[in-house]
Amino acid sequence: MTSQAPGLWPPSGPEVVFLLLGAVAVGTALLVVTTRQLVHAALWLVVCFGALAGGYLVLTAEFVAWVQVLIYVGAVVVLLLFGIMLTRAPIGPSAGLDSGNRWAAALVAVATAAVLVTVVVTGFRTAYAPLHPGQGAAEPLGASVFRIWVLPFEALSVLLLAALIGAIVLSRTDIRGRE
Amino acid sequence: MTAVVALIVLLPFAAAVAGLLATRLGTRTERMAYRRAAWFAIAPGAASAALTVWLAVALAHGTGVSEGRFWSELLPGRVEGTLTVVETGSVPISLTLRADGLSVLAGILVVVVALAVQVYSVGYMRDEPRYPSYSAFVSLFTSAMLLVVYAGDLIVLYVGWEIMGLCSYLLIGHWWEDRANSRAAVKAFLVTRLGDVGFLFGIFVLGAAAGGFRIDDVLRADIPRGTLVAATLLLLAGVAGKSAQVPLQTWLPDAMAGPTPISALIHAATMVAAGIFVVARLYPAFLAAPPTLDVLGVVAAVGMLGAALAALAQDDLKRVLAYSTISQLAYMAAALAAGSDRAAMFHLVSHGAFKALLFLCAGLVIHHVGSNLISHMGGLRTALPVTFWTMTIGFAALAGLPPASGFFSKDAVISAIEHGTGPAQPFVYASALLTVGVTGAYAARAWLRTFFGPARIEPLPEPPPGVAHVFDGREAPPSMLWPAGVLAVPALLLGLAGPAAGVEVEWGPAAVSLAVALLGAGIVYALWRAAPEQDPARLLGPFRAPCERAFHVDAVYAALVVRPVLRLARGVVRADARVVDGAVRGSGRATLGLSGLVRLAQNGNAQLYVTGLLAGLVLIAVAAVVLT
Amino acid sequence: MHVVYPVVVSALLFSIGVYGVLARRNAILVLMSVELMLNAVNLNLVAFDVWLRDRLHGGQVLTLFVIVIAAAEVGLGLAIVLAVFRTRRTVDVDRLRALAEVVRAPDPGRPDGEGAS
Repeated sequence: MTSQAPGLWPPSGPEVVFLLLGAVAVGTALLVVTTRQLVHAALWLVVCFGALAGGYLVLTAEFVAWVQVLIYVGAVVVLLLFGIMLTRAPIGPSAGLDSGNRWAAALVAVATAAVLVTVVVTGFRTAYAPLHPGQGAAEPLGASVFRIWVLPFEALSVLLLAALIGAIVLSRTDIRGRE
Repeated sequence: MTAVVALIVLLPFAAAVAGLLATRLGTRTERMAYRRAAWFAIAPGAASAALTVWLAVALAHGTGVSEGRFWSELLPGRVEGTLTVVETGSVPISLTLRADGLSVLAGILVVVVALAVQVYSVGYMRDEPRYPSYSAFVSLFTSAMLLVVYAGDLIVLYVGWEIMGLCSYLLIGHWWEDRANSRAAVKAFLVTRLGDVGFLFGIFVLGAAAGGFRIDDVLRADIPRGTLVAATLLLLAGVAGKSAQVPLQTWLPDAMAGPTPISALIHAATMVAAGIFVVARLYPAFLAAPPTLDVLGVVAAVGMLGAALAALAQDDLKRVLAYSTISQLAYMAAALAAGSDRAAMFHLVSHGAFKALLFLCAGLVIHHVGSNLISHMGGLRTALPVTFWTMTIGFAALAGLPPASGFFSKDAVISAIEHGTGPAQPFVYASALLTVGVTGAYAARAWLRTFFGPARIEPLPEPPPGVAHVFDGREAPPSMLWPAGVLAVPALLLGLAGPAAGVEVEWGPAAVSLAVALLGAGIVYALWRAAPEQDPARLLGPFRAPCERAFHVDAVYAALVVRPVLRLARGVVRADARVVDGAVRGSGRATLGLSGLVRLAQNGNAQLYVTGLLAGLVLIAVAAVVLT
Repeated sequence: MHVVYPVVVSALLFSIGVYGVLARRNAILVLMSVELMLNAVNLNLVAFDVWLRDRLHGGQVLTLFVIVIAAAEVGLGLAIVLAVFRTRRTVDVDRLRALAEVVRAPDPGRPDGEGAS
């Protein structure tokens, strides 16, 4: 796997693309957690997820990329927007989106980043993965899911059902908890 | 025979138990309880007295080991029995009772005076609601004193010694409602306790050196002289405490706060004599330690004169007698110091008789007048004829006038002192002679001021507790007169038994001391004749005030001991409250404060919690990365 | 493709998510930050799957599962947020202090009824 690994610099073509997409993802993620407008945060999240989907494509995981676009961009963000709407959040810039915990949070986050980056760079400096397109296509993935991972898949469907019911119960005001 | 000795000791003890527990059992009225308590008090005491007399007769005919002590010719017999030996791991304690001449001599004094006092108390405490406990304590005291007298082991002796102290405390504070009485009780208890510490350690030193506490073993043991001096000096502390000798004499005058019969029994005739008795009991040990005897002599010389002078200036009749007790006890101590236990014991017995008599008579007078103060008395000769005559005998014995017993015993003491040796002997002898004169003076003063001169009866409207009873203008009931009359017999005649006991009158010193005593009495009489209204104590001139206050010893002790101790105690209390409690409370408060600080973080903000959680996680990760 | 690139991007995304979770006051923004963290994990899974050439495609399948679970989680999370909003009229997480002790110094800046229940 690391036999004929080329050097880190200069990056190859896919790597350049991935780095650009990664930069977009990180940048938009930063915007998500720093913006002063709720709706903008949700929209920047779309961009971030999109960039990540692009990254998955570069990594030859095309099925995951499409699922990412479908579920995250299509469903999750829409749900979040609904949430923003239903909680009557203000449209436009609002001041109080950050709590007083902000500086401690920044400190912890930077420390986390430092530790993680240090560790992964130390650990995977020489790791190289040659890319073979078609590896993550729908067919091999589907075969894998329904042959090998079918039991977790079914369990997951039950989980989804439970989540569905739970969400309904939680959102309906006419179902009271047992006092 | 040992059983008889045990019975003599145990009968009053059983009386005490019965008196404490059974007097109100099934009785409906106070009257019945009172009567039953009186029976409990008197019957066992009488039985004990009878047994003691029987024991004395038996010992007189007994043929025991002759030890060369002074009683060997008169009472040669000797009984000793050991109940059991308590192994302590080092020095064994034997529960031993012994009876010999010395024991019986003191034992007779104790049972007779105790019986007289019990009978007297029946009348004196007639209207006293706590009479049952009072009489039970007197019985307990009698038992304890007899235990001291008949103890064959130093630890057994010490047990009786301490019970006596306890009874003394309880009875001084009998009228504890008055603050002064309970204070006097506490004072007596603490002061004697101070001496008892030394006493106990003296016993330990003797026991450890002799390898046993049995008195015979201790006396026969070959103890190094240094050890012996240390042990006897320690014992002397206890003797000074119990017998109210300098420097621990201050408790006795205050102990007169107790009922007068108690003063007669405990604080004049018996308990205070226990110190002298113990020295006589262990006399061979003391004889082998001359420095101790020198100390004893100096102490006695100072005590006898000082107390006599104080007695001359007192206005309280009972305090006069109290100081005279200190003075007379000092005579006995001086005789012991001069080397004559025979004279000391002779004076002990005769003093026990006449001083008990004096106290009982004083009780009669106080009972009649309703006041303790001599200045309230006067002219009682006609009102109280029986009391007058008995008390006259008592005062004569006290002053040492023939033919009363005091003349003979005091003569024995003074001639013993005269023949004494030791560096302090001249000083002691001078002091003793001077004291004879002062004794005559204060005896004459008290006698004249009480029974002669104009009547100054001013019955107090409301007698305070501890002082008096209802004034009725008549002489006391027979139950009070009889004991005084009975005690007057030995007080008057005991001296004549002196030659039988081997005490020969030395007429030379006797004449000198008689002359001195008469001189003292004569001066007082002259002063009194000049102005019967005034106190003859004025002859003391400027020394009167210090004498009345007993040379301010109490004030000095208060300044030197009491106040520093109180200050120290307050300091300890404050240190306890501030430092010890403060540390405890402070640690509690500090914990609360710290937890309050920690609590600030627990404000319900989940984000804060997660922040802390993740920060900790990062730290652990860093530690894991760095340290591995 | 060097594995270190996606992994570093993933680490940065995760840290940004951590910051969001800790610093954002609005519950919906906190949920978004959680999604960021989940996506960082997904990126890791995919990268390692490609690197290790797993024949069972464990990494990518797990990514799919995580996406599904994330969808369920967002659904439930939003339902909870809405329930909280209905009862408390706010979705600010630092005002939801029912975890704290009831007895507390009065906080004038806090709306009544908060934390006292």
